[in-house]
Amino acid sequence: MKPQTRTLVLHLGVLALLFALQFVLPAYHHGIMARIMVLAVFAMGYNLLFGYTGLLSLGHAMFFSAGLYGAGLTVYHLGWSVPAALAAGLAAGVALSALVGLLALRTSGVAFMIVTMMFGQVFYLLTLQFGDWTRGEEGLTLAASLRVLGPLDLTNPTTRYFAALALFAIVLLATLKVVRAPFGRVLVAIRENEERTRMLGYDTFLNKLGATILSGTICAAAGAVYALLFGYFGSTFATVQYSILPLLWVLVGGAATTLGPFLGTLAMYYLVDISNDVLNSRFPGWDISYLGIVGAALILLILFFPKGLLGTIRQRWVPWLP
Amino acid sequence: MAFGPYLFLATLEGLVQAAVLALTALGLSLVFGVMRVVNVAHGEFFMLGAVIAWAVTDALSGNPALGFLAALVVAPLLVGAVAFVADRLVLQRLDYNPEATIVATIGLLYLIQQAALTFYGPEARPVVPPFNFRVQLPWFGYSAYKLAVIGASALLLAATWFVLAKTRVGLIMRATQYDREIATAFGIPVGRVYAGVFALGAMLAAAAAVLVVPISQAHYLMGGDPLLLSFIVVIIGGLGSLRGTVVAALLIGLSDGIVSVFFSPTLAKIIATLAVALVLVFRPQGLFGQATR
Repeated sequence: MKPQTRTLVLHLGVLALLFALQFVLPAYHHGIMARIMVLAVFAMGYNLLFGYTGLLSLGHAMFFSAGLYGAGLTVYHLGWSVPAALAAGLAAGVALSALVGLLALRTSGVAFMIVTMMFGQVFYLLTLQFGDWTRGEEGLTLAASLRVLGPLDLTNPTTRYFAALALFAIVLLATLKVVRAPFGRVLVAIRENEERTRMLGYDTFLNKLGATILSGTICAAAGAVYALLFGYFGSTFATVQYSILPLLWVLVGGAATTLGPFLGTLAMYYLVDISNDVLNSRFPGWDISYLGIVGAALILLILFFPKGLLGTIRQRWVPWLP
Repeated sequence: MAFGPYLFLATLEGLVQAAVLALTALGLSLVFGVMRVVNVAHGEFFMLGAVIAWAVTDALSGNPALGFLAALVVAPLLVGAVAFVADRLVLQRLDYNPEATIVATIGLLYLIQQAALTFYGPEARPVVPPFNFRVQLPWFGYSAYKLAVIGASALLLAATWFVLAKTRVGLIMRATQYDREIATAFGIPVGRVYAGVFALGAMLAAAAAVLVVPISQAHYLMGGDPLLLSFIVVIIGGLGSLRGTVVAALLIGLSDGIVSVFFSPTLAKIIATLAVALVLVFRPQGLFGQATR
């Protein structure tokens, strides 16, 4: 088999597996899986900028929330239909990531991290400032009657699962396409050596801007779909915690791998979920929350496993993994 | 109250904030200046200082002044020890790679928060000030303790400046900051200097927290604001410059105190954060710093 066919078979296989899982998963895990797929899209968007382009942003919560609020607020206040709200969420993501990219890409390295973190903080504070419309930390819930797409009821668990899977499949195949296209190769070249890439005649600023916009838009798509499928949006999603989570997921799964973000999201979601129960029943009164688990995971990963799950597998055994 | 005295009160409040902020930010600035490490867990060292101060004053609750003095010694020492160990166990192994250290210090931030939540709890707890009288000004009475905070911070800042500029230890630190490799060639134990600087930065944050905790309260999530404000101060003041840090802390502390009298605190924060992000974008060396070599 040619490598191209092999990777395509692998990705389609993963999608088929997720499709089949829907019929066997018990209700609880069924719901979690839909959520994980949407959050994995968020992580894939992050991975495009962090893994492939080598730009570590600490403000991606603002892109996710731009989609979340773009879709949520238009439905809630203007009564827009689901497709229109989705488009509004995407448009908000494109506009915000273009603006942030134009400003933040003037810096690099540590300054880029701090600038993106501050823009993210500004976005979070804005959601509090306009609390009359967003209801701040408390957030808003979308009524079930508003969340219908033609004949489809998005509150139905099965529809929700398939909607999440559809978004996941589109973004997964799109990232696969992008990272194997010349554009994706240039991004990797920028990550490896920006000076040399510029010397070879590529406009690195434009390419980085393109990567930022694409990454921000994918994250916004995840946010918009999250609001429409799960019917809740609030300021919590704009806090710096939601900028750090995709970084963690990508690190766990393996930066610059197409399937890593999904694997990382899946692993961390269940790790936090299970260890929460286990640790708190073993050490009652210790108030162990995601804080300790995420903190320990971050430090251990960066010390002993900097390439993540798929990154290590690719390095040791399966070099053709995209 | 008339406008003049009102503004004076706001200025005093701003000065207290500026004094504490200068200490905290100086710690962050030292760590960045010497080690080129962005310590995202700096706010948690601040929080840890406040929580330990509560524990010490609670244990010695018979005599608030004695308890507070003990806290002022114990809290920075303990926090410094935590930072020293973190540097040795984690940061040194990462070879201070900028991106890896940021991820690691984010992990440290969460771990310290978890530790505080586990051993201290989710409540906000007050600490009794060491003394409790008011200075009667013509227009209003003002807490003498707050004035003492300004004095104590100024003293600690002066002491740090003295150590950095006039002692052999300071000379070694500056040599390491200037050129790590040449310093190694001259027999300076760079690894130990780094661990020491990381501990010193954390100790400054802890000392600031002990000073401020009788005014505010100890809480396990209190580290966020000091971290953000310290970032702002260090960026405006120019990374690694002591004078710039103090000037910027005065500027930010005073304007924050005065601005939040006239605007809502959220709007004040939005304006300040946005302004600083734009400074970083268009003038990365800071308003007072010189362009890097």
